[in-house]
Amino acid sequence: MTQGALDTVAAAASSPEVEQPWADLGLKSDEYDRIREILGRRPTSAELAMYSVMWSEHCSYKSSKVHLAQFSDSTEAMKEKLLVGIGENAGVVDIGDGWAVTFKVESHNHPSYVEPYQGAATGVGGIVRDIMSMGARPIAVMDALRFGALDHPDTLRVLPGIVAGVGGYGNCLGLPNIGGEVVFDSCYQGNPLVNALSVGKMRIEDIHLAKASGVGNKVVLFGAKTGGDGIGGVSVLASETFDADGPAKRPAVQVGDPFAEKVLIECCLDLYAAHVVDGIQDLGGAGLSCATSELASNGDGGMRVWLDRVPLRDASLRVEEILMSESQERMMAVVEPGRLEEFMAIAKRWDVEATVVGEVTDGKNLEVFWAGELVVDVPPRSVAHDGPVYNRPMQRPAYLDALQANVPDGLARPADGEGLKAALLALMASPNLCDKSWITNQYDRYVMGNTALATPDDSGVVRVDEETGRGVAISTDCNSRYAKLDPYAGAQLALAEAYRNVSTAGAVPLAISDCLNFGSPEDPGVMWQFAEAVRGIAEGCRTLGIPVTGGNVSLYNQTGEEAIHPTPVVAVLGVMDDVARRTRSGWKEPDQVIYLLGTTADEFGGSAWTQVAHDHLGGLPPRVDLDRERRLGEILVDASRDGLVGAAHDLSEGGLAVALAEASLRNGVGARILLDEVCERDGVDAFTLLFSETAGRAIVAVPGDEQVRFTDLCVARGFAHARIGVVDDEGGALDVQGQFTLPFAELRTAHTATLPAIFASR
Amino acid sequence: MRVGVVTFPGSLDDHDAQRAVRLAGGEPVALWHGDDSLRDVDAVVLPGGFSYGDYLRAGAIARFAPVMSALVPAAKGGLPVLGICNGFQILCESHLLPGAMIQNDHRTFICRDQRLRVENAATAWTSGFEQGAEITVVLKNQDGQYVADRRTLHQLEGEGRVVFRYVVEEGGRNPNGSYRDIAGITNERGNVVGLMPHPEHAVEEGYGPSLDGLTFFRSVLSSVVNA
Repeated sequence: MTQGALDTVAAAASSPEVEQPWADLGLKSDEYDRIREILGRRPTSAELAMYSVMWSEHCSYKSSKVHLAQFSDSTEAMKEKLLVGIGENAGVVDIGDGWAVTFKVESHNHPSYVEPYQGAATGVGGIVRDIMSMGARPIAVMDALRFGALDHPDTLRVLPGIVAGVGGYGNCLGLPNIGGEVVFDSCYQGNPLVNALSVGKMRIEDIHLAKASGVGNKVVLFGAKTGGDGIGGVSVLASETFDADGPAKRPAVQVGDPFAEKVLIECCLDLYAAHVVDGIQDLGGAGLSCATSELASNGDGGMRVWLDRVPLRDASLRVEEILMSESQERMMAVVEPGRLEEFMAIAKRWDVEATVVGEVTDGKNLEVFWAGELVVDVPPRSVAHDGPVYNRPMQRPAYLDALQANVPDGLARPADGEGLKAALLALMASPNLCDKSWITNQYDRYVMGNTALATPDDSGVVRVDEETGRGVAISTDCNSRYAKLDPYAGAQLALAEAYRNVSTAGAVPLAISDCLNFGSPEDPGVMWQFAEAVRGIAEGCRTLGIPVTGGNVSLYNQTGEEAIHPTPVVAVLGVMDDVARRTRSGWKEPDQVIYLLGTTADEFGGSAWTQVAHDHLGGLPPRVDLDRERRLGEILVDASRDGLVGAAHDLSEGGLAVALAEASLRNGVGARILLDEVCERDGVDAFTLLFSETAGRAIVAVPGDEQVRFTDLCVARGFAHARIGVVDDEGGALDVQGQFTLPFAELRTAHTATLPAIFASR
Repeated sequence: MRVGVVTFPGSLDDHDAQRAVRLAGGEPVALWHGDDSLRDVDAVVLPGGFSYGDYLRAGAIARFAPVMSALVPAAKGGLPVLGICNGFQILCESHLLPGAMIQNDHRTFICRDQRLRVENAATAWTSGFEQGAEITVVLKNQDGQYVADRRTLHQLEGEGRVVFRYVVEEGGRNPNGSYRDIAGITNERGNVVGLMPHPEHAVEEGYGPSLDGLTFFRSVLSSVVNA
């Protein structure tokens, strides 16, 4: 083994003058000074490595922390179902009958730009380990993906790799991919977003936490060996803006081995079942630096680690590299000495390598030894939790007034039925609304046999309890065009849409997780967007009465000076007593009556129509009314539970026209629609009713003999509802009477050709 | 009626196969790749997944697992064996079935509801179907393109050993480039069947495209009873 001169604690104490590369590791000078102050000496090179990764933006949330505190400000009612909140690897929610689910969405944006396949694959792997580390069996994944313009050459490089990576890893883990998003917008050129979500289930009493307590307990590292991949990935990749030239840091992306993770999952579940694990932490960003310091910081004593016991793939790795390596498929457990033998036997059954690398001590510090020499001696809290906190300057961007003043009112609108038909066809063929099955068919949505709904339905629904059918519905949403126009409203609209999508399936929304993707926090305009979005989600959640359980912040998403649109992706999780009763988004039964729920106003700011027809972004996004969303949700859930609806679909991008087309195409069963009454009621023309994106609306198909009961639900909540047509399985078309008839053959061709034309022929 | 389901490291649809056996009225028995015992089961399912990661070639490592040393002679002796997806690949690698599976011709993983035509309703696993029936089950794989030399294909066709074919619309192509649209085959005796699509994901109302998969498992239960 080749180690240069070992920089021990003793050496550091006696050589305060040594120059250290703190700036190259991403630390600011005042941060370096603070480390010296904490330790009362200069850090060793190993300590410097640990602080630099743990105090990076990605790990420390130093720019976002002051704002995220709002998420913890919840009412008692919101906390009622929350078993584990923000701060642990993932939040845990009580879904009833003794079952708990844990879920979280997390970004892997920068690695996926550098190395699309591995970046996306390890994004899935990382979030799944977060779920495992709560003591849960992962039961599904979702992915919210955002790319640059569909016709940009780099999209052709990035998208197939990212999709294959999400699929390659998730498929091999045997986790159904039940939904997500695929969005194209030139603002993501050079900075695609890969947000991966995982959900897991466990019995409430089986919740595990990341803490090392109990003096003498063993610290066991298990899973894959530690290699040289992903070193500095956190500090160097995730916390720096890409130059327009692109990064030259390929080796910093981790390489995934889904098979290793699959056996690690089964191994962990056997370990939990045998009750041999006292505390558990996954190794993700910042690797061993993070796992050791967080376990020790959350515990009640110190920890001693013999780093030279860590199994290595590459014997030439240095102490600092071993501490920073982000090699995948590794976990760290705290085990009572008396249970160690059993622990090792279970690991052996799964051919998972497990090594005792340390123990819990009665001291206060995290001590790391190499070849008998002390190379790290730090208060773990100072590394893991007491990092720097910045209250960065914020400024409402100067461009916003002009952007909001550029209202879409003057854009030329279709004048007749043929024009409306052409507008609908253009939307259904547009990159953001076209059929995504070229992508989603690369994901296994059936494995585990519990999938009740998946893409392209409004939310993914999986069964948790095979006996009762109890299960969960999840949807992730964000329209970043709205958020660009108004980040506060945009974040609330993301929350509202995900809430609505879960409700249309018939599930009661319980909790959210979020993935906040923004540009550089050093830009006061971006920081203002961030603060507004966080305030929007926090206040929105209070209004809806559901808690934020955790999530992830991804900053520095920009190329040069150009930041992405603010993209606060919100994942809402809901519960159903029996997922067999979920409502599908497409209608099937002829003669069911189609109702439009909610009124429509002329709201085109940020809409899909302005983007597709005029490449326009300006004005204000649709008005937010969360009280209305909640009442709509109650109607949809009650109607589903009582069997009053055959189908339900939310209205969002593309408005009523797109929702009608999607609900018809889902099963190839058409509809006859009459708009006149609603136009008159709402005081809008057919174009506005069809394409406006007013929030808080949905369409449902109601069996003829259930109409009275259904409308009673609406009346009881004072919710606007109107019959707009009937399901028609004979016409083979979407017929908007008096305006246009759109045969399925034409609609389907337009809808399905877009992605294969770009990607299938490459 | 005991139906064994083998779990290899990397098996993914093993619990699903067990559920299917249970829903069909059988008793699922978990078999472990590292044991060379079949625990006196009456039939065996090799489930889907990525055994040992399948980094070399799908099924190539699994054929050397201790459990296979018991399974291969038992299958040759007439024990009903169903290989699904990765299980089909393992059966080919073990030479219990002829031919091989290579990557889908479009080079991407594909997951979709797939129509199949039952070409042979006389095997241990298909006796409950009508000859020529069309069924819908789930297809999901990366390496699903069935290939074999011409002599083998002639032999399979001539002996009626093509059990399932992908139903291809006129002018269309099958989902993975399989020779002669072959989705599943059997051995000479008709007790060993392998297919790429997943019948175990079409056994429960609301959790799959149909209930057609149940017939596979009911067929073997009745064939064992009648044997």
